[in-house]
Parts: sequence; C-alpha cells; structure tokens
Amino acid sequence: MALYQALIELADDHLVLGQRLSEWCGHAPILEEDLALSNFALDVIGTARSLYAYAAEVEGKGRSEDDLAYLRSEREYLNCLLVERPNVDFAHTMLRQFYFASLMEPFWQAAVNSDDKVIAGIAGKAVKEMAYHIRHAGEWIVRLGDGTEESGARMRAAIVALHPYWEEMFTPCECDALPDRAALRSGWEANVKAVFAEAGLEWPEPVYGHVGGRKGEHSEVLGRMLSDMQYLQRAHPGATW
Amino acid sequence: MYSQGLIGADGGSEETQEFLDAFQARIDAEEKIEPTDPMPEGYRRTLVRQIGQHAHSEVVGMLPEGNWISRAPSLKRKLALLAKVQDEGGHGLYLYSAAETLGVTREQMTEELLDGTAKYSSIFNYPTLSWADMGAVGWLVDGAAIMNQIPLCRCSYGPYARAMIRVCAEESFHQRQGYEIMLTLCKGTPAQKEMAQDALNRLWWPCLMMFGPHDGDSAHSEKSMKWKIKRFSNDELRGKFIAATVRQAEFLGLTIPDPDLKWDDSLNGGKGGYHHGEIDWSEFWRVVKGDGVMNVERVEMRKAAWDDGAWVREAALAHAAKRSAKMAAE
Amino acid sequence: MSNETPLWEVFIRPRNGLAHKHVGSLHAADEALALSAARDVYTRREEGTSIWAVRSDAIVASDPARAGQNFDPAEDKIYRHPTFYDIPEDVGHM
Repeated sequence: MALYQALIELADDHLVLGQRLSEWCGHAPILEEDLALSNFALDVIGTARSLYAYAAEVEGKGRSEDDLAYLRSEREYLNCLLVERPNVDFAHTMLRQFYFASLMEPFWQAAVNSDDKVIAGIAGKAVKEMAYHIRHAGEWIVRLGDGTEESGARMRAAIVALHPYWEEMFTPCECDALPDRAALRSGWEANVKAVFAEAGLEWPEPVYGHVGGRKGEHSEVLGRMLSDMQYLQRAHPGATW
Repeated sequence: MYSQGLIGADGGSEETQEFLDAFQARIDAEEKIEPTDPMPEGYRRTLVRQIGQHAHSEVVGMLPEGNWISRAPSLKRKLALLAKVQDEGGHGLYLYSAAETLGVTREQMTEELLDGTAKYSSIFNYPTLSWADMGAVGWLVDGAAIMNQIPLCRCSYGPYARAMIRVCAEESFHQRQGYEIMLTLCKGTPAQKEMAQDALNRLWWPCLMMFGPHDGDSAHSEKSMKWKIKRFSNDELRGKFIAATVRQAEFLGLTIPDPDLKWDDSLNGGKGGYHHGEIDWSEFWRVVKGDGVMNVERVEMRKAAWDDGAWVREAALAHAAKRSAKMAAE
Repeated sequence: MSNETPLWEVFIRPRNGLAHKHVGSLHAADEALALSAARDVYTRREEGTSIWAVRSDAIVASDPARAGQNFDPAEDKIYRHPTFYDIPEDVGHM
C-alpha cells in the first residue's frame, strides 16, 4: 500500500491546489492572468486525475478516480498544508505556486525514467508544466518584489504567511517507486533564494514548520473546501454526472 | 487585433454624400474594412459599441459558470468547465483587441462596464442555481450565441470578423459539452432529470431574449444590416435557434416551457418555422436596465477584480520602467 | 508613467517550415510577460511552435492615404508574372 498512499498524497496535493487556483477564474488582476491561472489549474487538476486513476488501479478495489476525489473526507485527504492555504491575493497565490512547482519540477524530472511506466508517463508531461509554472510564477515574484512599495509589502507578507508551510512538502514518503522528496530540499532552497535575490526579497528566519497534512490533520479551510467540492456527489449518491 | 499604430480612423473624415456612397459601395461589394481605411464616424461608433458589448458579455459571462467550477461533480466535468470559462476570458480578450483597433483602449471600455454606461448580454444577469444550469447554459446560451456569432465571421469590419472566426472555432466544443451534461442528467436519476427540466424552464425565455427586440422595435438594426455588421435580423436568428433547439429538447425528453410553440409550414417562405408564445419584453428591458437578480453582483465582482488587481498591474509597470531605466543607464 | 498596460502584437509559427503569422494582440507590462501571455492566450490548442511578440507602438505602418501611390503602380507591370511570356508547349514545363 506504500505506492497507493504515495499516489494519494501527490494526487491530493494537485487537486487541492487546482481547486484553489480555479477560484481565480474570472477574478484575476488582468484578463491575461485569468487565462494563465486557469492554465495552472488545468495542468494540476489534469495531473491529479491521472494520479487518482492510477491510485485506484493500484488499490484494486474497483474505486474510480472520482470516488477517490469526491468520496473521501478531509481526514482521509493527505495533501500538504501549503496547497490548501487560501489565495489571499495575487502575491500569495504566485508564491504558493512557485514553492510547489519548484519542488515538483525536479521531482518529476527524477521520475521521468521510472521503471513504473505509468509514473514515467505522468512525470514526462508534468515536468514541462511545472517548468512553466516556475518560470511564470517566478516572473511575477520578481515583478511584485521589485515593483512598487505596495507590491513589495504584499510579497513580503506572503512570504511570512507561507513560511511555516514549505518544509512539510519535503516529508519523505515511504515508497521506492517515487523520488525521495527530502533529497530535493537543498536544491529547492537554492532556487527559491536565487529568485528572491533577483526580486530584492529576503528569505526569513526559520519559524516553526507545521506538519500534519500527510496524516490527514489539516487546517480548518480544507474541510470547507471539500464540502463545497464534493457536495453534488454527496447529495446524489451513486448518480452519474 | 491590430496595433494602435495602425489606427487610421480619427473620425475626422469629411462625410459628404460622395464619401458615404463610396463607403457603401465598398460594403456592397463585400470588401472588408480595415482599421486604417476611411470610415463614417457612425460605422466606427456602432462597432465600438457592439464589439465592446460583446467583449463585456464574454468577460461577465465567466461569472455565472465560474460559480460552479468549484462544485463540478467529476474531475472530467471540472476540467471541461474550467477550460470553457477560460475560453470565454480569451474571447473577451480577442474582442477587446478588435475594438482597440478603432481607437478605444481596454481600460476605457472596462471603466464603461464598471460605471454602467456599457452593457452586456442580459442573459448573464440570471443566476446559475444548479449543476444543470451548466448544461443548459452550454446548450442554450452558447447555442444562441453561436447563432449570433457565425454570421459575424463575415462582418464587414476585418478585425471583428477575424476575432469571430477564432471565437467560433474555439466555441464549437462549448455547446456540445453543455448538451452532453444535459444528456447525462436526463439519463440519470429522477432528481437529475428534474434538475435539467428546471434549468430549461428558467433559461428558455431569457435565451430567446438574447436575440434582442423584435425587428420592428430594434433601434440600431437597420443601419447595422446596411453596413453588413449584422447579416440577419433578430427575429430571423431567434427563429433559427428555436427550430434547431426543439428537436434537441425532444431527444432529451424535456419539455420547452412554451405551450404556444407550434410548427407552421407556411413560415419563412414555405420553409416552415415555429410560432412561439409572447416574450415578456418588460422583463427584458427591466434586466437590461439593471434590475435583474444578478446585475449588481456581476458588475461588483468585475469591479472587485479590477480594483483589487490595480496594485499588480501597477507593480508590473513599475518594474518594467525601472528595468528600462537601468538598461538605458548601462 | 501611463497607467495603461502596453499593447503587443503576437505572431505564431504554426509549425516549423511556416512563417510566423499575426494572430492577435494582448496587454503586458514587459517582454517576458508578453511572451507568457501569448503562450497562455494563443497556444492553448497546440497552435504553435514559436512565438514573436512586438510592442504595437514599435510597428511602422504604411499610410493609408498613400495606398494609391504605394500599390497601384504594380498593377500594370504584368511582365513580372510568368503568364506574360509565351513559351511553346513543346518546350515542356518551365
């Protein structure tokens, strides 16, 4: 079951993040970013779908991708806490995306040549998407960090707000079929700090890093997100959509 | 769609009868008008109004469907709906660009939307109350929009026609995904089918209103037809829409909420068509003038996006200015 | 500083071997954002393999008032077209 568990962790990360990103659709600061943020969301939800489908197959209990996404409670969701953080503003959203993609790009890169052909297939597609997310979110971090007094202040506020949440992403998963996340941490920090330097932003002092997501212990926001997301499936058990 | 640098329409053309006749002759010869060509001020103004309104409709139209992205009942439906709403944003963007070739800016048009001087399609002032509305909006609202839009691909103004070709090509999946949602609901549980019928009941009449007032009551129609901005009258398009939709509703096993709907072989010069019941134009005008259930909220949401995003746009411009200053100094 | 985000023209190469073609416009504060936006707006359906973005105000355009003097003089230069020349059919394709 180690593989199943690892796939669910990954799938939940992608779906919860996609759910957050899709909240922007129709509300972005400029129409061009409505399209960009929707592309981000489509990428990660698409990956979540492939991961759930594979997890369901690995589990072998006849559940579908939608059963896994829509019929598990918040205590069964294993996403890291970072991805459920609210959008707050454009600075928070771009920073959250940048943190996540900066881990997932090297993660998928390491999985591209996996012996597991399904994982290799998912990785091959996702690695390119994540590279683009790093680039686009990174562009915005530099612009917001360096732009105006207000944008700099908002970017710094986002860094402070998300600082307790990035370390959890590197919690090792006990599955040999997937790359070791802990090993990617130093590279991640170096890349993030390089963009911060370009943006004139400082990497803050260490703070207490929250964990719990991988054990299904979340903040309160996830339960509300899932009750919204799952409502039709819950209200009409067994219906086809 | 073309650069500001190419804009020739300063509105200063001397509109002698000779000039107007020459322009009309070009239109009648099916020549496309391009941004740099001389054009009557009325033609330019009509286009700015219509393309702007069209762009606003796409952008405001993101909201009623956006209302269900978070609650889409399967991952497949969530992706399709998100991609569809994203397309609408893209269509708004193409259309704003087409209008910008006529010397207005997207900022100006946005301000007009937010202060209420510019209108958008009345249909988006109705709420989306159930998942079936995602089906009905795709099937009926996009169906009606396509009826309106296909002739616009041949509109006399080049940039508008080109934008519409792109829009129509992309839109082709929208109506199909909506109809597929309806089909799935109608084959589903009794509660799902009831949801589908309810959506049709609520959206049918507002969809007929999307085509605008009857030909005799349509203020701008005649001129737009003469200039080939518009190619079919409101009633013609409405009739085509009804004819296409009745069969699709029958296939779903749904009832169109109009007891007076009746086929008549003698309509349209013997080609046949439907008589339909009286459209409640007082409702149409009420919603157009701002008193639909969702008017206030829709504009407020667009205003919030615009106002809350100001610091982002300013930051990007400030960074660009700093960078070019630095490059100039080096 | 103007508070309007500049307009850009976007050109896409549909596939290698073809020229970049104008596909539309967008607004972006700088080159990098213009390229990102062009990718997000105009290549959602595999429309291209390469993007050019050019500031709209950097384009120089011919004056429509001079269309006559610019383009009409080519009209009677029919000797520039291959069909102007008579070659006997026996010579074969040329």
